Amino acid sequence: MKKLLVKGGRVIDPANNLDEHRDLLIADGKIAQIGKQLEDKEAQIIDARGLIVAPGFIDMHCHLREPGREDEETIESGCRAAAAGGFTSVACMPNTNPPNDSQSVTDFILKQASEKGIVNIFPIGAATKGLLGEELAEIGELKGAGIVAVSDDGHPIYNSNLMRKALEYASMFDLPVIDHCEDKELSAHGVMNEGYYSTLLGLPGIPAAAEETMVARNIILSVLTGGQLHIAHISTKGSVELLRWAKAQGLKVTAEVTPHHFTLTDKEVCRYDTNTKMNPPLRSAEDIEAILQGIKDGTIDAIATDHAPHRGDEKNVEYADAPFGIIGLETAVPLALDRLVNRGVISISRMIAMFTVNPDRILKIERGTLSLEAAADVTLLNLSEVVKIDVNSFQSKSRNSPFHGWDLKGRAVMTIVAGNVVWSSKPIT
Amino acid sequence: MPLNRKDLLGIEPLSVEEVNLILDTAKAFKEVSTRDIKKVPTLRGKTIINLFFEPSTRTRTSFEIAGKRLSADILNISSSTSSVVKGETLIDTAKNLEAMYPDIIIIRHSRAGAPHLLANICRASIINAGDGAHEHPTQALLDAFTIRENKGQIKGLKVAIIGDILHSRVARSNIHLLTKLGAEVRIAGPATYIPVEIEKLGVKVFHHIDAALEGCDVVMMLRIQRERQDKSYLPSLREYFNLFGLTPERLKRAKKDVIIMHPGPLNRGVEISSEVADGPYSVILEQVTNGVAVRMAVLYLLMGGKYEEVVS
Repeated sequence: MKKLLVKGGRVIDPANNLDEHRDLLIADGKIAQIGKQLEDKEAQIIDARGLIVAPGFIDMHCHLREPGREDEETIESGCRAAAAGGFTSVACMPNTNPPNDSQSVTDFILKQASEKGIVNIFPIGAATKGLLGEELAEIGELKGAGIVAVSDDGHPIYNSNLMRKALEYASMFDLPVIDHCEDKELSAHGVMNEGYYSTLLGLPGIPAAAEETMVARNIILSVLTGGQLHIAHISTKGSVELLRWAKAQGLKVTAEVTPHHFTLTDKEVCRYDTNTKMNPPLRSAEDIEAILQGIKDGTIDAIATDHAPHRGDEKNVEYADAPFGIIGLETAVPLALDRLVNRGVISISRMIAMFTVNPDRILKIERGTLSLEAAADVTLLNLSEVVKIDVNSFQSKSRNSPFHGWDLKGRAVMTIVAGNVVWSSKPIT
Repeated sequence: MPLNRKDLLGIEPLSVEEVNLILDTAKAFKEVSTRDIKKVPTLRGKTIINLFFEPSTRTRTSFEIAGKRLSADILNISSSTSSVVKGETLIDTAKNLEAMYPDIIIIRHSRAGAPHLLANICRASIINAGDGAHEHPTQALLDAFTIRENKGQIKGLKVAIIGDILHSRVARSNIHLLTKLGAEVRIAGPATYIPVEIEKLGVKVFHHIDAALEGCDVVMMLRIQRERQDKSYLPSLREYFNLFGLTPERLKRAKKDVIIMHPGPLNRGVEISSEVADGPYSVILEQVTNGVAVRMAVLYLLMGGKYEEVVS
């Protein structure tokens, strides 16, 4: 029986209201004991002095590109990137080719994950067949195959009646419907946030209203259906206010935010660097302020990467022609620690909750805690180590990040999945 | 004084001194075009590529003539004859051209920021000849040159820019340039054609042409390209002309010595009536003439030429 003893760290487990210096004993892939001055002669010792010991981080929104675009990312490389970024579990979106709208695709993803993946993979199934927004996918069968949510990913479920049906139907299987909120008519050919900088740069804008009208519609449909709605990558002040209202009504509505949406503004687009192009777009300073407030007061539940790998040559084109999206698995934790914790927006404990127990409550994947007998997924954090982001050292197959060259304070230093150290920033002694 | 820049990507980054340097140099070059032998040896041995991904008559010809009058070797590539039709990316096209050691690449492209992409990878100087709805710096420079010739100076003038501001690179470059030089810039057009937060560029926004024209020294009309846009912007060209078309009657609100400008090509009867376009206040063809002088100045200065050497 393999054992690990994580000694001397500050153990923070928001689900159990724990924030104390404790030792953590892992046996047989499970959390065996948490206590002071634990000893175990058989166990491999991990020196966690000066480090935070947290439940394994969950990224509830990423794109692993397999099947279909293995030149951009594979389940194997995506898992390595996740591990290097401190994630022990990732939920992958269904916009593969073919899309994950059938049991066979889900089976394939889970098979690849079990053979080649070093972190836990939780597939998200398509809400509609082919992500086309016309007919519901076979959600019951997908659930049986192992999906943890349904979503049409980058495509909003445009037809309001179909969105209603998706919320109703998915509720039979206790699955959340994750929606990318965007009125495609309002966003039209937009490639960046509509505002002063789109005017200055002459680039077609995507107004905040394109997101907010759909957030409002979806919230109203959650009133109608009682279904579980999760809003992907919230990016505007208006969306935060709508979400706050929905929560005050006691609706089953949750939301995630990406690190880039709480870090960067649309001013970054000024050099036409296509690594500033994503959907939803980088918004205004005022939106960031509202997002930070929403993080602070708990309106926003989770932090998710929206990790979207793209090949360099496909991204290195005219701004309007570049694909949307940036990678995020290997920058999310440093950004959250630097921008949210080290700058005092939220406590380390709250930040950990946004990466662990909160996404777990939405996806119900039985991860994200250090409870006894729970799967021993653990992330070790160093709050004071400054990391220089270097895309060339990334485990991901892609390099499309706007954070190359940034110095960020705080990082994940070790990732443990089911009791196995799958990644460590330094050799383990 | 030289222009210490590798590229001319827009007016926005230029200082007032740089703008004046270009305009003053253009003034010195204008005379060359009136000579019997319209040629000076200034850029002999330099290679200039006109890389046009959008149709153009005026701008492309103007750059070509400017280059030739400076004795540069200038050649034209248009998108229909380039490898773009074979699916080559802009970066690859640029790298291949670069491998032949051009000194200047002049690019027109439908995508905002395309010249910036080239500027990042090319040793050659890049001149933006219009990128999407972003900038068209040489147009604004020739407009300013024309205004200066007619009005003496730009500071304090009331200038109205009327039409589709949203999609107009000419409007953006002119707004930057005219506000830098101290003009009062008014923009007018249907609310659907006014970009958000444009006031932050230092302009006043009008939705009624009569109010915008009141007391103006300069009126710039912009081309309406409804055929290229989605139809939600305007109910009809007829309604547009009724509300925003420049007619002799409306022009009475402007100053008596107003000048009328248009970057071309004209849509007669859409944004401007023929009486105004061909009338006594129109300087539309002067703009075209001045375009050559301004582009000669830009080519010369980007190649390290000094103002003092032109005047002497």
